[in-house]
Amino acid sequence: MNDLLSAILAGDRRALARGLTQVENDSPQAAALLDGLFPYTGRAWVIGMTGAPGTGKSSLVTALAKAYRAQGQTVAILAVDPTSPFTGGAILGDRIRMRDLSGDKGVFIRSMATRGSLGGLARATRDAIRLMDAAGFDRILVETVGAGQSEVDIARAAYTTLVIEAPGLGDDVQAIKAGILEIADVLVVNKADRPGADNTVRALRTMLEIGHPASRQAMIRHHGQMVAAPETPDETNLWIPPVIRTVAIDGQGVDELLEAVENHRTHLALEGRRTALERQQTEIEVYERLREALIQRLLAEVPADVIEAILARIVARTLNPQAAVKALLDQYSQKPKQGA
Amino acid sequence: MSEPIRVLIAKPGLDGHDRGAKVIARALRDAGMEVIYTGLRQTPEMIAEAALQEDVDVVGLSILSGAHMALVPRIREALNTSDLSDVALLVGGIIPDEDIAVLKAMGVSGVFGPGTSTEDIVLHIRSLMGAKAG
Repeated sequence: MNDLLSAILAGDRRALARGLTQVENDSPQAAALLDGLFPYTGRAWVIGMTGAPGTGKSSLVTALAKAYRAQGQTVAILAVDPTSPFTGGAILGDRIRMRDLSGDKGVFIRSMATRGSLGGLARATRDAIRLMDAAGFDRILVETVGAGQSEVDIARAAYTTLVIEAPGLGDDVQAIKAGILEIADVLVVNKADRPGADNTVRALRTMLEIGHPASRQAMIRHHGQMVAAPETPDETNLWIPPVIRTVAIDGQGVDELLEAVENHRTHLALEGRRTALERQQTEIEVYERLREALIQRLLAEVPADVIEAILARIVARTLNPQAAVKALLDQYSQKPKQGA
Repeated sequence: MSEPIRVLIAKPGLDGHDRGAKVIARALRDAGMEVIYTGLRQTPEMIAEAALQEDVDVVGLSILSGAHMALVPRIREALNTSDLSDVALLVGGIIPDEDIAVLKAMGVSGVFGPGTSTEDIVLHIRSLMGAKAG
């Protein structure tokens, strides 16, 4: 067992910080580290927190972390901010709003830039979570950049995903957009002391009733017009995302939010649901890693000028992209055996 | 590109003017670095702990209050106590010329007063980091 690995397992904060850097840089040492600590993962509860910019994610992360600390749980926070696509640099400012947590040795905060590809972020996020998990933190809060596909990727790494909304951000339309509501295990309306909070809550409930098969069942029964079909699952089997109102900056609703997260955790603990979720997440992760590895292996064999020539031909319309890919595969990858 | 330089920008003490710190943060970002900005009124211990958690290469302090001779040695010491003696410390702000040599003797690698071009700071950090990209 290498020194860094044993130090991380012993809860050494500096070692954890160094390991996180290795994982972020996808350095050669990272693979050995992850290999060694994998058996020690799976103990922490991973909570993804996402939502549009300005909904108060960082403040809510801070409030939730404080609530967990009050219960004696240790908390690691992974705060993801965007990398500039032009310079490769990033300003990571989430710590500004997490000031209240500093000085508490039961909290570890790490800022992470999105850097290059989406696939890279998903990999780095999962690996960083595993390090924090192995370091012994009870809860890991992952705050995402708040825009686009990364939300869904984070959901695939977390056990409980919170989607955070705030009044007055064009929620009614935003809520309809596919993807973001579907990944929510708990919906949060933050800044609930502001005008329009009732409308936001109502809009979210409405969207849930339309979009969520579980709540649709419940609604049909509620109105009493239809007899529930015999194959309808028992209501206790269904998780209907609750809508929680919070005011993160003064702690309103945070205890209720914590309770909702813990209820979801209890829900997943029953009847092998967690195993099923992990099975699903694992499949996605393995395919992603496989895809990345295969691309790298293939590209390592293709000279750069060959790629350039192919790209130029496509731009000149003398070759189409599908044919280009087929030609690359035919020439450079091992072909499968006949009939295999 | 695969290993950007990581810099913590912090404002220790009680002064509330962080315009300069933000300008520097932006310039370093534009130079391809990852900048962790901690905000105002940080204690030496908070700065050292953030530097440790973020595993930064450089800590940049912005001090306009005149308290640099009191704050800087405490921050350098807090960093060293956290086993971060290899982390470079830069100071920017209103620093009288006669204090510069004293600060450098305390383990500050660079002192940047008013009128410094952001490019000089970028070059200073790059030269400190040597081969590292960003």
